[in-house]
Amino acid sequence: MNVPTMADMMAQGKQPKVLFWVGAAGSYDDRAKKISRAFVKILHQAKVDFAVLGTEESSTGDAAKRAGNEFLFQMQAMMNIEVLNGYEVKKIVTCDPHSFNTLKNEYPSLGGKYEVFHHTQFIQNLISEGRLTLDDTTLKGKRVTFHDPCYLGRANDVYESPRELIKRLGVNLTEMKRHKSTALCCGAGGAQMFKDAEKGDKEINVLRTEDALETKPNIIATGCPYCNTMMTDGIKFKEKEAEVVVKDIAELIAEANNL
Amino acid sequence: MQYLPNIIFALALALGLSFFTMNIRKLLRNIKLGKDVNRTDKKPERLKNMLMIALGQSKMVKRPFSGFLHIIVYLGFIIINIEVVEIIIDGLFGTHRIFQGLLGDGLYGFLIGVFEVLAALVFVAVVLFWLRRNVSNIKRFLSKEMKGWPKNDGNYILYIEMVLMTLFLVMNATDVSFQQAGIGNTISQFIAPLFDGFSPEGLHTIERTCWWIHILGILVFLNYLYYSKHLHILLAFPNTYFANLNPKGQFTNLESVTTEVKLMMDPDADPYATPPEGAEDAVPEKFGASDVADLNWVQLLNAYTCTECGRCTSSCPANLTGKELSPRKIMMDTRDRLEEVGRNIDANKGVFVDDGKQLLNDYISPEELWACTSCNACVEECPVNIDPLSIIMDMRRYLVMEESAAPQELNMMMTNIENNGAPWQYNQQDRLNWAKEE
Ligand code: SF4
Ligand code: SF4
Repeated sequence: MNVPTMADMMAQGKQPKVLFWVGAAGSYDDRAKKISRAFVKILHQAKVDFAVLGTEESSTGDAAKRAGNEFLFQMQAMMNIEVLNGYEVKKIVTCDPHSFNTLKNEYPSLGGKYEVFHHTQFIQNLISEGRLTLDDTTLKGKRVTFHDPCYLGRANDVYESPRELIKRLGVNLTEMKRHKSTALCCGAGGAQMFKDAEKGDKEINVLRTEDALETKPNIIATGCPYCNTMMTDGIKFKEKEAEVVVKDIAELIAEANNL
Repeated sequence: MQYLPNIIFALALALGLSFFTMNIRKLLRNIKLGKDVNRTDKKPERLKNMLMIALGQSKMVKRPFSGFLHIIVYLGFIIINIEVVEIIIDGLFGTHRIFQGLLGDGLYGFLIGVFEVLAALVFVAVVLFWLRRNVSNIKRFLSKEMKGWPKNDGNYILYIEMVLMTLFLVMNATDVSFQQAGIGNTISQFIAPLFDGFSPEGLHTIERTCWWIHILGILVFLNYLYYSKHLHILLAFPNTYFANLNPKGQFTNLESVTTEVKLMMDPDADPYATPPEGAEDAVPEKFGASDVADLNWVQLLNAYTCTECGRCTSSCPANLTGKELSPRKIMMDTRDRLEEVGRNIDANKGVFVDDGKQLLNDYISPEELWACTSCNACVEECPVNIDPLSIIMDMRRYLVMEESAAPQELNMMMTNIENNGAPWQYNQQDRLNWAKEE
């Protein structure tokens, strides 16, 4: 798969229009890597002039910040900003709502001002510019429910672009009882992904999976690699792997378009 | 002697108002114990928020049943204040229903008629509220933090409202000339027959008694506010005005940290250089919050404004899955501690004397703080724009940056970020491997 890096581009004297910020999950986590690849396939299909930082990318510091380590966060942020500004990056797209939120909202006051898109927003723009069409036949008739990632939805009020894309796939979009601004967290945010939950009587991802299962879906659509992991684990816990799959919207689009 | 009631009334009024003013000043002083934060930008947007959310109750109605009942009680409260103005004038000058002459029978009758209907509706709404709190098993009214005072407080207010509304209606019902005029007695005309057998003097005594208890009750209610979650009827307005306007996911970048990080990253910085003038006697900055004075004044205002409705807690994923965390408790603890600090200052002639306690550990446990997913559900739900998450985050910052007391797994995650640029233990050189697989 051809994924150009900013360094390569620079060596060839090129300045790509947009940087794809892959994020730690999208780079290392086996499940999330598939989302990164699906998204790159979409970028290729729409002939988007993009590049990644590759080995020059580092953690945005989101998890450190939400764990309370403002020092580590700001060190990461300033290092990243130095690299990004060095390449004169203007536009960034990412499949990770946590990177999205941090780059968009928390980097500006530290000197990193970019136009930041979540991949669902970016794909929606490609469609409205006529650079991409979604095949609405492949997945036709499937029941899909969308789990709003907290850092995309409540944190940044992005509720519509993921739904718009899902609807364009010709599927049957059903809403969970808690959705949009009242959606329940998958349990991974605020650095919870990296530690065991406190003592309680249930895991959050199981409760959220129950919300999703109530809609009797074939597919649980996600827009965040961490939500994806949490919901996948929830489905395993409920032993529903045979009936329900968890897929990122980028994966659904790549699948529909036969990429 | 004929002025005696007027004098007693004036004294009661002055006493009630000055006690109230004293408490409000205490409240302002306590809020000012918080750190400064600038919330004076974007005035039109702030005003709009206040009008929509505090005045227009736009977030209350997201839960339609309680939202609707709340609006009735709220309207009742606002409009009946006009009646209170009349009572105060009558009380001070010994007049009787002064507005009737001033406004004319038509308008006065209409107004009082509306008040009576509202009073009756408020009574019904309050009874329903009481049933919800005490009879139906609504989980958020049964939480641990709602035992004792918070539960009683909620009920006391409902009782006071019931009594005040009853007094108002009975007062009108036993006001013979008012009933005879037949203007505005929409509800009280049905109560009046209950007193049919009473002598004119008897009726007059009842009417006067109701009048007195009604106005004294209102003064007591006013002064009860400070001690109660019902302070929100006043503070909802400033609280929504000064609320955070940034995207909910945007957390503050601590400036004190920025300065240090810049120094650390600047290769030209001379660590032994003489600090800029004035810096040497600056108090070393404490990172994060362990007590109320480390929070900012908006967070403290939040604590006083909290209505203990529990909407936040009932939408908190940690709480829903049985963890210790309850965002409502975070707000109640913050207020309790702030009050304790305030009493300490009062007892020590205006200065705080260390009492060996703080918000962290003595009120809020690290276990509660670590259970938060930072999902913002509590912030979204709060009908008066309180931000419990910001307090949780500031306290986590203290735990991590001042006490290095993060859970072990989080320490590992942070070490990985520091060494490998990712929360997991992978080599940064492998960061693009995903592109070569498949
Ligand atoms: S932000 Fe934290 S306290 Fe608030 S609802 Fe989410 S998990 Fe609960
Ligand atoms: S913080 Fe807001 S939602 Fe939570 S109990 Fe207080 S007023 Fe209700």
